[in-house]
Amino acid sequence: MPEITYLEAIRQALWEEMDQNEQVFLLGEDIGTYGGAFKITKGFLEKFGEDRVIDTPLSESGFVGAAIGAALMGMRPVVEMQFADFISCAFDQIVNMAAKHHYRLREPVPLVIRAPYGGRLHAGPFHSQCPEAWFIHSPGLKVVAPATPYDAKGLLKASIRDPNPVIYFEHKYLYRHAKGEVPPEDYIVPLGQADVKRAGADISLITYGAMVQQAFQAADQMSEQGVEVELVDVRTLYPLDTDTILTSVKKTGKVLIVHEAPQVCGIGAEIAAVIAEDVFRYLDAPVVRLTAPHTPVPFSPPLEDYYLPNATKIVAKLTDLASY
Amino acid sequence: MIEGTVVGLGSADLLRFYYYLRLTRGLEDRVIKLYRQGRILGGCYVGTGEEAISVGSACALEPDDVIAPSHRDLGAHLVKGVTPNEYMAQYLGRLTGLTRGKDGTIHFGDLRRRIIGFISPMADGIPVATGVALAFKTRREPHIAVAYFGDGASSRGDFHEGLNLAAVLRLPILFICHNNQYAYSVPVSRQMAVPHVADRAKAYGLPTRIIDGNDILAVYQTTKEAAAQIRGGGGPIFIECKTMRMRGHAEHDDASYVPRELLEEWRGRDPIQKFEHYLREREVPEDQLRAVEARVVKEVEEALDFAEKSPLPDGPEALEGVFAP
Ligand SMILES: Cc1ncc(C[n+]2csc(CCOP(=O)(O)OP(=O)(O)O)c2C)c(N)n1
Repeated sequence: MPEITYLEAIRQALWEEMDQNEQVFLLGEDIGTYGGAFKITKGFLEKFGEDRVIDTPLSESGFVGAAIGAALMGMRPVVEMQFADFISCAFDQIVNMAAKHHYRLREPVPLVIRAPYGGRLHAGPFHSQCPEAWFIHSPGLKVVAPATPYDAKGLLKASIRDPNPVIYFEHKYLYRHAKGEVPPEDYIVPLGQADVKRAGADISLITYGAMVQQAFQAADQMSEQGVEVELVDVRTLYPLDTDTILTSVKKTGKVLIVHEAPQVCGIGAEIAAVIAEDVFRYLDAPVVRLTAPHTPVPFSPPLEDYYLPNATKIVAKLTDLASY
Repeated sequence: MIEGTVVGLGSADLLRFYYYLRLTRGLEDRVIKLYRQGRILGGCYVGTGEEAISVGSACALEPDDVIAPSHRDLGAHLVKGVTPNEYMAQYLGRLTGLTRGKDGTIHFGDLRRRIIGFISPMADGIPVATGVALAFKTRREPHIAVAYFGDGASSRGDFHEGLNLAAVLRLPILFICHNNQYAYSVPVSRQMAVPHVADRAKAYGLPTRIIDGNDILAVYQTTKEAAAQIRGGGGPIFIECKTMRMRGHAEHDDASYVPRELLEEWRGRDPIQKFEHYLREREVPEDQLRAVEARVVKEVEEALDFAEKSPLPDGPEALEGVFAP
């Protein structure tokens, strides 16, 4: 199987879905001639033409609203938010129009919003945020956050084929820092399924996005000390695959939840609550979270390094848990 | 405009304009070089070729007027009193920058200098500046607010909502658009189907002026007159400055989508060269111009030195300042 980058996996998913289904089209800032701020749609304009690769004015609420309208007509818009941070400018259309539409009227809104998110690039408080919790908290939206090229491609295809609004969080750091095998044939990764990326009997480490890489490094280090970590990549944040999470926790009895977004009311709080409610009897230690602190994402390297969770901080938490 | 004389401007004023134009260009050229050398973090945003808008307008304001600059307005920050040291330290993420390393590049401000801090989402500063004007009007203070933004930003809802609110409440605010013809890769013809950004403002009932943004005297004069009218209770005014973005959106972008002829044409209209030409015609002594340049070179190098010697913040400072005490 060929190894490709996370960025290339996203590009392939878009290309193949557009090739297969005429209803799929792209909307966003600088995605045409320029090929997108991260060059994901380079060459798409030449191949698919101006009707299907639409360079929009700088007006997020306008083009997300327009994508919703096209979706209601049975088209399959895929919106590119240049940076996930600017999704706030379209927040009203997403949470009020897109998210509630089917519930009220039983009319599907097959919309995908790709949102490049996350830190580690020293890009400051407005180009580094992890805003997934804003959307998890809004009923009617599906939210995915792949960690590997394989999942990135399969989840994007599944998102485009899904009849609901899906917010697809792609981590900017992973674009060029994640490589992996991707099969040449068509496949999807179903929404709503977590993935056990590494099996282990001692501690369940539950995470997603760029933290999966850090978690792998941490798990390898723990293994050298004789502690086997089971790494659960949630992959879809809503709907959450609680079965896979609970099965793992029943097996290990100890849990560390890691995410890059701030802790308060993050997805980690939800996962911890589900575990406490359903498998409390199986726990051998309190559920532990490692997340970013409750501050904006700072710019300067020492501040951002301090802010972000990483393998070293994960190892420290795992070590505490192992000896609990 | 530039051939004539602007009433009330002496050679000290002209040299002051020249100093701020040169200082803006000098600092930004230095930052570009640092970027090329891999010595700075994140993106690199400059306003090469647009200095006259920022400097000329800010020089026409009173000290207590409040500005809400955008990302190509270093000049206005400098006129308002931000120091070269603070700018460099900010770019390099140092503790001595205006955000103490919390933010970088041109994302800063300082209310003590009457500057509203800029944030990334384009046009977000516009309704905020409108609120500043609202405070002035309510308290009967004789100041005005000034909001700066680009042609791209004028497509955002916040632009339209801010202008409309200012218009219906007749607030003391001046809107200044850098129409530099591109928003990242999008030419202005793909941004809007009307020829001028000012046409959008007209729809809300604002008086508009369209001027050559590369002519500092035109910018100064127009701002001065508009500010006086606004201060007299005339309500908001909109000035569109026609200019050209002479570099990429940021330094990672080679702007290959911009026709070369367009850039060549505007290179011949460089605001600093144009103003120098005017100063020579006014017989401002050559040694005075050279003295300004030498001062700028020195200040830029000192600022870089200051920034590089300044400490980086300590990690735990990431947790500080989320709330006011
Ligand atoms: C709401 C929002 N969407 C997208 C961006 C990304 N972005 C940064 S600057 C820019 C273009 C801005 O164009 P314009 O307002 O004309 O100013 P210019 O950069 O040309 O000076 C874009 C799309 C952003 N900063 N904010």
